[in-house]
Amino acid sequence: MSLRVYDLAHCRAGDKGNTSNISVICYDEKDWEFLQRVLTPERVMAAFAHIAGGPVRRYELRNVKAFNFVIENALAGGVTVSLAQDVHGKSLSNVMLGVELPSRS
Amino acid sequence: MSRRNKVRVGSGAGTSDDRMVPALELVERGELDFLVFECLAERTVARESLARSKDPEKGYTPSMPERLRMVLPACVKQEVRIVTNMGAANPLGGAKAVRREARELGLGDIACAVVLGDEVTELVRGHPELPLMETGEPLESILPRLVSANAYLGADVISKALATDAPVVLTGRVADPSLFLASMMYALGWSYDDLPKLAMGTLAGHLLECTAQLTGGCFGWPGKKDVPDLANVGYPFADVTADGSVSLGKTPGSGGRLDVMTCAEQMLYEIHDPTAYFTPDCVLDITGVRLLQEAKDRVRVEGAKASSRTDTYKVTIGYSNGYIGEGEVSYGGIDAVARAKWAAEVVKERLRARGFTYEDFRVDLIGMSSLHGDPGSRPEPYEVRLRMAGRSFDRRAAHAIGFEVRALHMHGPGGSGGGCEPRVRDVLAVKSVLLPKQLVNPQVVMEGSYESARL
Repeated sequence: MSLRVYDLAHCRAGDKGNTSNISVICYDEKDWEFLQRVLTPERVMAAFAHIAGGPVRRYELRNVKAFNFVIENALAGGVTVSLAQDVHGKSLSNVMLGVELPSRS
Repeated sequence: MSRRNKVRVGSGAGTSDDRMVPALELVERGELDFLVFECLAERTVARESLARSKDPEKGYTPSMPERLRMVLPACVKQEVRIVTNMGAANPLGGAKAVRREARELGLGDIACAVVLGDEVTELVRGHPELPLMETGEPLESILPRLVSANAYLGADVISKALATDAPVVLTGRVADPSLFLASMMYALGWSYDDLPKLAMGTLAGHLLECTAQLTGGCFGWPGKKDVPDLANVGYPFADVTADGSVSLGKTPGSGGRLDVMTCAEQMLYEIHDPTAYFTPDCVLDITGVRLLQEAKDRVRVEGAKASSRTDTYKVTIGYSNGYIGEGEVSYGGIDAVARAKWAAEVVKERLRARGFTYEDFRVDLIGMSSLHGDPGSRPEPYEVRLRMAGRSFDRRAAHAIGFEVRALHMHGPGGSGGGCEPRVRDVLAVKSVLLPKQLVNPQVVMEGSYESARL
């Protein structure tokens, strides 16, 4: 099994309107720079391509060894009009955890 | 007015449907000064506005009486003041209900300070040119379907309500962190222009506002992120000092966990740009925040910054947007997915033949692709539940979806089971505009006498 975000970090998803934000928080501070290099907005957009229209923005929070990904057009119009079961997209953190990463070498 | 060096503010609800027992445990064992109940989601006020239009005494949070029956006696006994937005679309009616509950509980005549002025429906009707934040279109485009318009008021007016000494402060729409910040401003004598303190108070409020999401709820993962005694997860509080230091804790003896991992997840919850989190009180920057484990279930928070608040209030516009109809039925065993997909096509053809059209339509295969879409690469499960949903301005069209899905038992592919009643619900959608603060008039009104306000 290849390396996944799940192996290095934990995540939580939140919603505002039609936008999802998903935190990626390293278990170990040593992994932050690796994730900074490989967990690019492009890689995240590719993993969410069948769910969200994008774009994806990434914010860095070095102090708490975290990143915040903001994914636009991700929630089928937003909580109040969405036909989805998970209108808040709270389960989308698990898509992020499943994102595959290149090996460290 | 009291002036203290330290105040303890607890979190008793993070949604109108939040669990109630942990709030009581926090009051009984947490040695609180203030207990905040945050009970308004984005569209809740719109929904309660409709309730009020049908019954002028309604429109406050429906769970409020039950919540008060559970916590008010303990709050009065322990001198814990309640600050809450459960006034929803009718804070004055809610205050009457608070006082009625208090009398029935044998607690006597309890005063309630009410924050008014968030309701700006007539005001925005006069400004159809205001651009919607989500689309840039003018407000005019949804005005004919307007249900409610409420500004997110700030901590300034809430702290004025606290200055009345009323045991209960009831608001309509206010920013969630402002409920907490106001308690700190009032108790610690903070100026509304003291940005470093507004930053720390706002961050503390943001961390607390979703109750158990800070203390091990929405967090656990077996074998990876274990949460002790999750069934008895406790609610959090913040100890805040006059100089703006913040330390987080949770109900002594409760389940759950409070550490830098749970705090980091909640700090980023529903944040977009971490350098600019807008509230009515300030613009918060959390990029310099440090989370420090002081002791078991104790986290110190440092380093929040803020810049000056803007001169506008964010206003949530609620409007009616048709109906959502849905239906479900299950398929299991050999070719379950193929039969479910065939059934969906049959239902769509029958709806088309009846002449119904939909603004939006969706087919979910629960167990396979309902949560995270269909990347086309997943193995087929043993069983699958077909769910079909659509939104229409024609209520009959919405109802027909569930009707036709239920009819699949007799008129669809072989071997379906577990259909359900057709479901239809009104859609209350929301959009936002920014309204100049100078147009809005936040104010405090007392229900009950000032004399009776003192506990």
